[in-house]
Amino acid sequence: MTSVVTSHEDGHHGPAKGLMRWVLTTNHKDIGTMYLWFSFTMLLIGGAMALIIRAELFEPGMQLIEPEFFNQMTTMHGLIMVFGAIMPAFVGLANWLVPMMVGAPDMALPRMNNLSFWILPFAFGMLILTLFSEAGAPNFGWTFYAPLSTTYAPSSVTFFIFGVHLMGISSIMGAINIIATILNMRAPGMTLMKMPLFVWTWLITAYLLIAVMPVLAGVVTMMLMDIHFGTSFFNAAGGGDPVLFQHVFWFFGHPEVYIMILPAFGIVSQIIPTFARKPLFGYASMVYATASIAFLSFIVWAHHMFTVGLPLATELFFMYATMLIAIPTGVKVFNWVSTMFRGSMTFETPMLFALAFVVLFTIGGFSGLMLAIAPADFQYHDTYFVVAHFHYVLVPGALFAIIAGVYYWIPKWCGNYYNETLGKWHFWLSFIGVNITFFPMHFVGLAGMPRRIPDYALQFADFNAVASVGAFIFGFSQLLFLYIVITTIRGNNKASAEVWEGAEGLEWTLESPAPYHSFSEPPEVK
Amino acid sequence: MQAQSSVVKSSLRLTLAAVLMFGFGFAMVPLYDIFCEITGLNGKVQQSVITTDMQVDRSRLVKVQLIAANNAEMPWRFTSLQDEVELHPGDWKQVGFWAANVTDNYMVSQSVPSITPARAAQYIEKRECFCFQQQPLEAGESKQMNLVFTISPDMPDDIHTVSMVYTLFDASAYSEANKLVARVD
Repeated sequence: MTSVVTSHEDGHHGPAKGLMRWVLTTNHKDIGTMYLWFSFTMLLIGGAMALIIRAELFEPGMQLIEPEFFNQMTTMHGLIMVFGAIMPAFVGLANWLVPMMVGAPDMALPRMNNLSFWILPFAFGMLILTLFSEAGAPNFGWTFYAPLSTTYAPSSVTFFIFGVHLMGISSIMGAINIIATILNMRAPGMTLMKMPLFVWTWLITAYLLIAVMPVLAGVVTMMLMDIHFGTSFFNAAGGGDPVLFQHVFWFFGHPEVYIMILPAFGIVSQIIPTFARKPLFGYASMVYATASIAFLSFIVWAHHMFTVGLPLATELFFMYATMLIAIPTGVKVFNWVSTMFRGSMTFETPMLFALAFVVLFTIGGFSGLMLAIAPADFQYHDTYFVVAHFHYVLVPGALFAIIAGVYYWIPKWCGNYYNETLGKWHFWLSFIGVNITFFPMHFVGLAGMPRRIPDYALQFADFNAVASVGAFIFGFSQLLFLYIVITTIRGNNKASAEVWEGAEGLEWTLESPAPYHSFSEPPEVK
Repeated sequence: MQAQSSVVKSSLRLTLAAVLMFGFGFAMVPLYDIFCEITGLNGKVQQSVITTDMQVDRSRLVKVQLIAANNAEMPWRFTSLQDEVELHPGDWKQVGFWAANVTDNYMVSQSVPSITPARAAQYIEKRECFCFQQQPLEAGESKQMNLVFTISPDMPDDIHTVSMVYTLFDASAYSEANKLVARVD
């Protein structure tokens, strides 16, 4: 064993054997794989919590769980899906793909890469274990507004704070690594404006992460100090202000929602040209649209706070600034549609998920525009309409893009094609399930059903029953995804190097599966 | 090696950016207060004594509603002695609030004002306010607490009614006496 590990001179060796391979690895492909499996595990855990929520909401009245536990479920579901499922999945994809796409042998800082992954299981272990504590898990919603999360919080809030600190450190290290890789390790000839869009969107996302994850760390630190050290950041009795919490939180929180969608834009911008067999309609406009969205994300945060009592001028500013985001987003949607126009399209599973992304994300974008209208938001605020909106942008938005990316690149990762028939089954079950789940939420929200409640008025019963049925269809069809991925890894349907007819990019010049060490010599980029 | 040193350079720069943004999170606390005080947003009023007299505007009367509220965790009884007063802008007015500590313990209170409409906040001037200091009461004790204020004649004349809410908080944990004890410890 020792001799295998130490004889590195030629640089061409496979992975080490056994468990320690995964603990000690500095290989970007290994770490990417671990990130992806971690986020899939979190998706199943967070999804199980969502099913508990939907089971309780299947009919009015209290049937299955206590209201206190219901609150813990909504909180943990949100935290796990945002920080445990979506974000690590994107980091995993970046680990796998960014070095291969820019022609680098590995990430710029491989040891830090290992550390930033291995922090995550501890962060989420700490968070999830609070469920088994006497105080119960955090129950104040994923937005953890003070004073709910300070004065009235369960004692487990301290574990939550340290958990958030850890995942923040992990994200910041991941972002530093990705930027350092993209800026310094590109193959000769790979200028910035030749980079694949997935790399571009991740570069911008990584800057967003570095700008706002420290602010999140700051806000939970203030909570920690209010709870344990007698400060009054958010306590009016001591001269603080609970509304300040919302400002600081959403200064992080709004760029955060773009952190969860920009890499998805990148993935879809890789997939659609491949299956339309046409280059992307407007590459440069995509890059500038992404950068504009990132910039605007910093000046719109108070649209989450229209009802806290903002003065009119502030409401108007944040309303117009928010609506401005529709312009670069529209540029993107038209770009994808124009790319497909008169293309020779085929509809393999990655393309199906990417198409569903374009359609359903746009629905989520439109409901976002409705919410951006300050006077109308007074009706929509804290109703299921908001729940419908952000689930449309995060589930058939971010999550579908991740799934599309997995189907698209998995032949490159493990050298086998997935089963196309099962992939299509997975797509249609997910597509139908997601819409049955979240579309009715628009209606109950507009009719006034508040979010984060375990019981509701009778008139909302039918739509809630429908949504719950859809949730179970969607949830269990993800087990099919697990089955497809495992059979692909173990499968024998060998993939070619190019994998997809019409796929462009350096990663497709490598054999399938991609060798453990790739691009030790920088490739030629024309 | 060229590439390695540029990797180190970008990593250090990005780490510095992350540290600065952590600091920026905390800098938002004073920035937020300064912003609210300058603009009068959030009903923030100047918490300082004003002594200069100003021209009294006899041409109009402004109605001021006085509301006393308890924070959810504050067991004292707290009411305003006048529900509503009228004054000419520039005229000084004294009003009273009454607080009773109905618990069995010595407690310290802090009241926090809030003005509606928020854009009136910057025109409220106070000569004396029980909200300037923490107010202690022994168990069972009660007292009248005074507020001497006026409204600046500069206030836009489309504002006819101003509501002043004082919310009473339990500040025993933050009292000056407690801080002294803590410092001695």
